[in-house]
Amino acid sequence: MSEPYAPLEIHDLTVAYHKKPVLWGVDLVIEPGRLIGIVGPNGAGKSTLIKACMGLLPLQSGWVKFFGESFHKMARRVGYVPQRESVDWDFPVNVMDVVLMGRYGRLGLLRRPSKADRIIARACLEKVHLLPYANRQIANLSGGQQQRVFLARALAQEADIYFMDEPFAGVDAATEAAIIAVLRELRDMGKTLLVVHHDLPTARQYFDDLLLLNMNVVAFGKTAEVFTAELLQKTYGGRLTILSEVAQALGAHGASR
Amino acid sequence: MSRTASRALLILLVAAATSPVEAAGVREFVSSDWSTQIVRFLTLQDASVRFALIGSVLLGLSCGLLGSFIVVRKMALMGDALSHAVLPGVAIGFLWNMTKDPLAILIGATIAGLLGTFLVSAISRTTRLKEDAALGLVLATFFAIGICLVTMIQRLPTGNKSGLDKFLFGQAAALSAEDITLMALVTTIAVVMVVAFYKELLASSFDPGFSRSIGLPTRWIHHGLMLLLTASVVIALQAVGVVLVSAMLITPASAAYLLTDRLHRLVVMAAAFGVGAGMAGAFLSFVGPSLPTGPLMVIGASALFSAAFLFGPRHGVVARWMLRRRGAARTQRENTLKSMFHVMEATQFRTEGVTLHDLAIRRRETIDDAQRLGRDLVRHGLATLSGDALYFTPPGRKRAGEIVRNHRLWELYLTQSANIAADHVHEDAEKIEHILGESVVRDLERRLGYATFDPHGRAIPSARAIHGGDARREGGNGTGK
Repeated sequence: MSEPYAPLEIHDLTVAYHKKPVLWGVDLVIEPGRLIGIVGPNGAGKSTLIKACMGLLPLQSGWVKFFGESFHKMARRVGYVPQRESVDWDFPVNVMDVVLMGRYGRLGLLRRPSKADRIIARACLEKVHLLPYANRQIANLSGGQQQRVFLARALAQEADIYFMDEPFAGVDAATEAAIIAVLRELRDMGKTLLVVHHDLPTARQYFDDLLLLNMNVVAFGKTAEVFTAELLQKTYGGRLTILSEVAQALGAHGASR
Repeated sequence: MSRTASRALLILLVAAATSPVEAAGVREFVSSDWSTQIVRFLTLQDASVRFALIGSVLLGLSCGLLGSFIVVRKMALMGDALSHAVLPGVAIGFLWNMTKDPLAILIGATIAGLLGTFLVSAISRTTRLKEDAALGLVLATFFAIGICLVTMIQRLPTGNKSGLDKFLFGQAAALSAEDITLMALVTTIAVVMVVAFYKELLASSFDPGFSRSIGLPTRWIHHGLMLLLTASVVIALQAVGVVLVSAMLITPASAAYLLTDRLHRLVVMAAAFGVGAGMAGAFLSFVGPSLPTGPLMVIGASALFSAAFLFGPRHGVVARWMLRRRGAARTQRENTLKSMFHVMEATQFRTEGVTLHDLAIRRRETIDDAQRLGRDLVRHGLATLSGDALYFTPPGRKRAGEIVRNHRLWELYLTQSANIAADHVHEDAEKIEHILGESVVRDLERRLGYATFDPHGRAIPSARAIHGGDARREGGNGTGK
């Protein structure tokens, strides 16, 4: 990997909902080949951060670069696992249909998935142990299986950097083990993974680096270095910091205008 | 929607009673008895019949096709709002050069429709109102303005022959050759666009966030879909009417949704249902009593939906009822087998058969009940009845052993692993015993260290005992048949 640019560089990123900032002045440079956990309390802006990086939310200020380019140019190299609850699982598609969507970004407009795409999709399903379920309607899957379908779809993207929004939420132990194995395998292939996670004890085991987030970056570094009582207290303790009070006021100001 | 529709129906009935001219049916153009009407319809000798039929097919196709996407995108109410919002545009399109020029009306209606949908999203984005309230607001306002404009046009010296009243309830017989041309054009564009961008429509309907992350222009897809939807609402307007056109979008797609688990099949089916409903409406309006086409088409579509709801092979009411009934019957047979096992267990398996008398006592039932249950087992090859004693057949013996094993294993599991008291586990095991598959049982056995006794001290039948001394394991959850 002789990539001259970092997989992800975030500079002075501010994101607001209805004028109320939820992320303030985030600066980050992410190294390749790292498995990174994003942790922080509810409402800390964890999902907002990854959505803003991919341009799914408007930025109030700042910029995000993937491999030195805008997201738009590099979309193909970015994989995404949204939260499981973000879609309707009664939707009339089967497992294979969903995984093939991972190929759509590469296909471009008007082109249909080819036989080669199907072979890749099947290999991705195999990796998450779901190949026997390829023709199942997605409603007839357990929560853990649904989460693995999303993971398989992201694998089918064959991206270089992955964003995952709570891939371990509400899954059984077997699925959790299967997912972390896949994530580590991707990391060992030199891919970069940013994973929103909300369970602190497992966060310590799973991730190489941790990003402690609460409206801004509290700490970012090797798990062993940032997983300290002091920094965690700083991240989780005292929700009503000056920052969130001012944000509240800004929101009220914005709404009254 | 239902309130608007019922009010509209009331207006219609009054109109029909007071002025027969307004009671528009294809039949008013030709009058004879209904058997000759059927012949005339089927032979397509009249141009008006041909236009009505072709128009109905085209609108059914485009509405069914695009309706599929608004149903799976949970935008069904948007279709309703859109259909009402286009009415002022229809009136303004007419006023443009004071004729029913289809193209001017299409353009006017499309602009009004898009303005309406824009207002809905603007209201829900900028205020604290949610989309449902915004839809209701826009729908009513635009419809009211439209009604006023249409009424004013009707009062104009040239207006009473405008035929704009047909836009309210629909009259397929009022379609002209130009209308048909436009309908064909819009439907063709809709089909081509859906086929060409099927992949994008699928992805952005299922998971908009992911679709944007892979660079799909989801916003443009949405706008494109709304534009096609508006156009197909407008072409359907004259035949179905403002009040009911949203039903032609929603009903065929909803029926198809109950019948299939794949979007491409849903789309094709919905289009076919739309065509069927359209043709049925045109036919009934022609041969039947003087009724407008729109309501008849919608009733046709609703009949299809009802059929799907009741008789759908997987999600249908009847199918689910049959499945439950079959499941209940199987559970009952398995319970009888279990009782036979218990009776034999009480004598340390020294007897071969189980008398109906012993079975009845065990089950606290009458001999007649026991006999009925026994016959049911015989019918399914699980036991033989000789004299007044039941004997297991090999599959019956196997299943009985499995059920008893499942029950006792599950009780043991609950008491050991879930710390539930031994006197609390029986009820739960009564249900679980029938649904435990062979792989779960293997897992339970392993977790419980191949225990041989349940929490009440009774022996758990081993695989050997179940398979009659033959330790060969047959996989799968026995069906008891």
